[in-house]
Amino acid sequence: MTLRNRWRKTLSYFMLSLTGVCAVVAVSLLFLILGILVYNGWRSVDWNFFTKLPKPPGEPGGGMANAIVGSLEIILLATIMGLPVGFMAGVYLSEFGGKTFAFLIRYMADLLNGVPSIVIGIFVWTVVVRRFHFSAYAGGIALALILIPITARSTEQFMTMVPQTLREGALALGASKWRAIATVVVPAAYRGIATGMILGVARISGETAPLLFTSLNNQFWGGGLSDQTASLPMMVYTHATAPYDDWHRQAWAAGLVLLFGVLLANIAARLILSRGIAVQK
Amino acid sequence: MKKSSFWLGALGVLAILLAVAEAKVLINAAGATFPYPIYGKWFDEFTKADPDAQINYQSIGSGGGIRQFTEGTVDFGASDMPMTDEQISKFKNHPLHFPTVLGGIVPTYNIPGVTQELKFTPEALAGIYLGKINKWNDPELTKANPGVKLPNNEIVVVHRSDGSGTSFVFTDYLSKVSPEWKSKVGSSTSVSWPVGLGGKGNEGVAGIVKQTPYSIGYVELIYVLQNKLAYGSLRNAAGTYLKADLESVTEAAAAAAKNMPADFRVSITNQPGKKAYPIATFTWLLIPSKIDDPAKKKAIVAFLHWMLKDGQKDAGSLGYAPLPKEVVAKEEKQIALIQ
Amino acid sequence: MSAPPPTGARALILRLRSGDEVARLITLTFASTILLVTAGLVYELWSTSSLSRHKFGLGFLTSSSWDPVTGQFGALPFIYGTVVTSAIALIIAVPVGLGAAIFLAELAPARLSSAFTFFIELLAAVPSVIYGVLAMFTLVPLMRDYVDPFLKKTLGFLPIFSGTIFGYGYLTAGAILAIMTLPFIISISREALLEVPVEQREAALALGATRWESTWQAVVPWARLGIFGSVFLALARALGETMAVTMVIGNDPAIHASLFSPGYAIAAILANEFTEATGDIYLQSLICLGLVLFLLTIVINALARLLIIATTRRGSAHP
Repeated sequence: MTLRNRWRKTLSYFMLSLTGVCAVVAVSLLFLILGILVYNGWRSVDWNFFTKLPKPPGEPGGGMANAIVGSLEIILLATIMGLPVGFMAGVYLSEFGGKTFAFLIRYMADLLNGVPSIVIGIFVWTVVVRRFHFSAYAGGIALALILIPITARSTEQFMTMVPQTLREGALALGASKWRAIATVVVPAAYRGIATGMILGVARISGETAPLLFTSLNNQFWGGGLSDQTASLPMMVYTHATAPYDDWHRQAWAAGLVLLFGVLLANIAARLILSRGIAVQK
Repeated sequence: MKKSSFWLGALGVLAILLAVAEAKVLINAAGATFPYPIYGKWFDEFTKADPDAQINYQSIGSGGGIRQFTEGTVDFGASDMPMTDEQISKFKNHPLHFPTVLGGIVPTYNIPGVTQELKFTPEALAGIYLGKINKWNDPELTKANPGVKLPNNEIVVVHRSDGSGTSFVFTDYLSKVSPEWKSKVGSSTSVSWPVGLGGKGNEGVAGIVKQTPYSIGYVELIYVLQNKLAYGSLRNAAGTYLKADLESVTEAAAAAAKNMPADFRVSITNQPGKKAYPIATFTWLLIPSKIDDPAKKKAIVAFLHWMLKDGQKDAGSLGYAPLPKEVVAKEEKQIALIQ
Repeated sequence: MSAPPPTGARALILRLRSGDEVARLITLTFASTILLVTAGLVYELWSTSSLSRHKFGLGFLTSSSWDPVTGQFGALPFIYGTVVTSAIALIIAVPVGLGAAIFLAELAPARLSSAFTFFIELLAAVPSVIYGVLAMFTLVPLMRDYVDPFLKKTLGFLPIFSGTIFGYGYLTAGAILAIMTLPFIISISREALLEVPVEQREAALALGATRWESTWQAVVPWARLGIFGSVFLALARALGETMAVTMVIGNDPAIHASLFSPGYAIAAILANEFTEATGDIYLQSLICLGLVLFLLTIVINALARLLIIATTRRGSAHP
């Protein structure tokens, strides 16, 4: 083999192994992140963490019960407000949309998808918080605004994947259009739609920036949904940036719980999807 | 994850919330990080003493406290910087300032290998924060600390990134001792810092100094005590090197105690007294003079009385100094002004 | 003889009798909320920043002072910080991401590729605040004690690697952003590479190219539009990332040449100072910054989508 060819071959092996290294690095990042969180946080995820309220700064102990419930409250609000709207919008885009209006909505949905979540937080602050003060509702609205375009586009995506023949079959059997959609198309696409919804909810449950100016935080249980509400992401943020070692410990625990929830939802969603639809693209 | 079990779980959570939301008086407050450790303790104890009232305090900085108080998104605010006339003019009903405790701001540092306590001259502090003194073994520092081996490392300066009453007091002091600082930077809750990195809240600055070698920051005394950080002594106007403690901080307020203005807005940095700590300050609660909700008004008034009597006992153990007796008497009279 | 077909209002009411029309109107209403929200967003951002825009005009974008005491606000340090940290992120993430994508699309057996892709896409689901905590406690000491001094020792003559080492700063923020944008580059580039017709690679190999040469010179260029699209998408994400950047960028509203020094990004200052901006001009300047960020991300996102659409629509035509 000539020298040049030997060089080319060596280069080929070298570059290709380099790409392998890149892939391994990328994958191991996930396990590294999980590992660091588990290492630093597992000891603190105990009964106290789930049941006690936070203590004043400097006093060790306490937990994040209010933050866990608060997060669930806000996510629930966002889900109730955002999923139906997103779902309906997706149905419109895939089933009823005319040319221009649907294009416009699709474009706006993609636009909203790309807006940084902190800008959404500012928007909700100017429209809601200034009049109605910090509340879980405001936090829920901000998260819902993020959830709607995600859900709309993913619903549309999976609805359009349903073959036209299914629709035509239903119509041929005498169903009206909306009946065909409700009883045939949506059930056919439900796995993908559900996946999209779960992924969307998982995404918003980790968001912190929109909550900074809407639901703020709370040391206690608070007065319900119209009052400032604690949430896990906010707790992670405030506790990690403080100097108290005990707060750091709790920040790791909160981060671990949060990450666990988000990853679990993501894995479940992807497993549902992969086991599901055999749809021609 | 089935959809039906998701909704069932959600309903369960809703049920829990509805059960927990009782008929309490819920008050929201926000503001300074300087007194956060003692306010946290006070609000916790006050709720135990009076279970019908609950005060939720968010430590977002004095600037945030003033702002949210002005917007009306919280029931009262807290600040280490008294409100300016312009800020007060935004209110329909003149807000009242209630001093709560006295505290001292200390220079805290993290120098690996240096365990002795450092002495800081006013010129050293101003020079470091102006960016003119960048190494720990600068003559200005070694001059004041003859027995200490200061390393040749660069000083990592830490200041506040948020609108801070602590910053206001610190820059107020620097403006008084350094004409260059006064003309170049000035004093306010948020200034244009010549050098350094910004931490959010007293907590953020303490956190960064704790983890960053060769750094220096300014924080309220309690933060160095609770986190076992090193802090130095400062040379005051009379020439004595003093550490912030109960005695030196109380001494700084001696003159103000006798001549307290009616609205309690006063600065006590760089006082002439021999034992007066140079960077001391009152910290205030900003209370509206007219509270519409009678339940909230009752709770806030009750808290103020409690704070002036029982609350003051907690001050010493947490590194703050209790209010001078004359000031307490004057404040009790001001409570009557709340309608 | 039949009556003429009903027109106008009667026609509408008749149509409404059919469930289809109702369904259409209902879903249409929900879909319009998206329009309303977007329009509302733009309107609110525009109108609540009016004071600041009138006072500073376009000079807002080029002024580098941020002084609440004197009321002078300028966006330049934040635009600079946002751009610099995003650039660092891309410089690190694009080679690694492209390399990984090439491996996953070209070399790895299908099951390994799917498994790896599954894990990499999970990386994208990790919340920003968790990246922030990790960056604060793990990355900052790593950069401060090992990476930065090494760079300073070897490349310290360059202005970007000189100056005091804080640990917090542009470089650390860029590094965590790189990790956060990596999954997007890998996932989209991989899909773009998978679309390349297999004849491309086979033709190159038939002509005597090595495996690497066929990949790099025949396959990758075919997918370049999609790859650029992934880069732009990653850039758009990096621009808007808030929590992780806020926690490690050092919060210094000034422009510095050295990558070791603390700086600021638009999203970071919004997170830090929004709840406490006292005074109208201060608040409105912050909202104006939000507007700038909004516009920036829209433009980059639009470019990204155009590129990605162009790849999938291209089919067999090769420019």
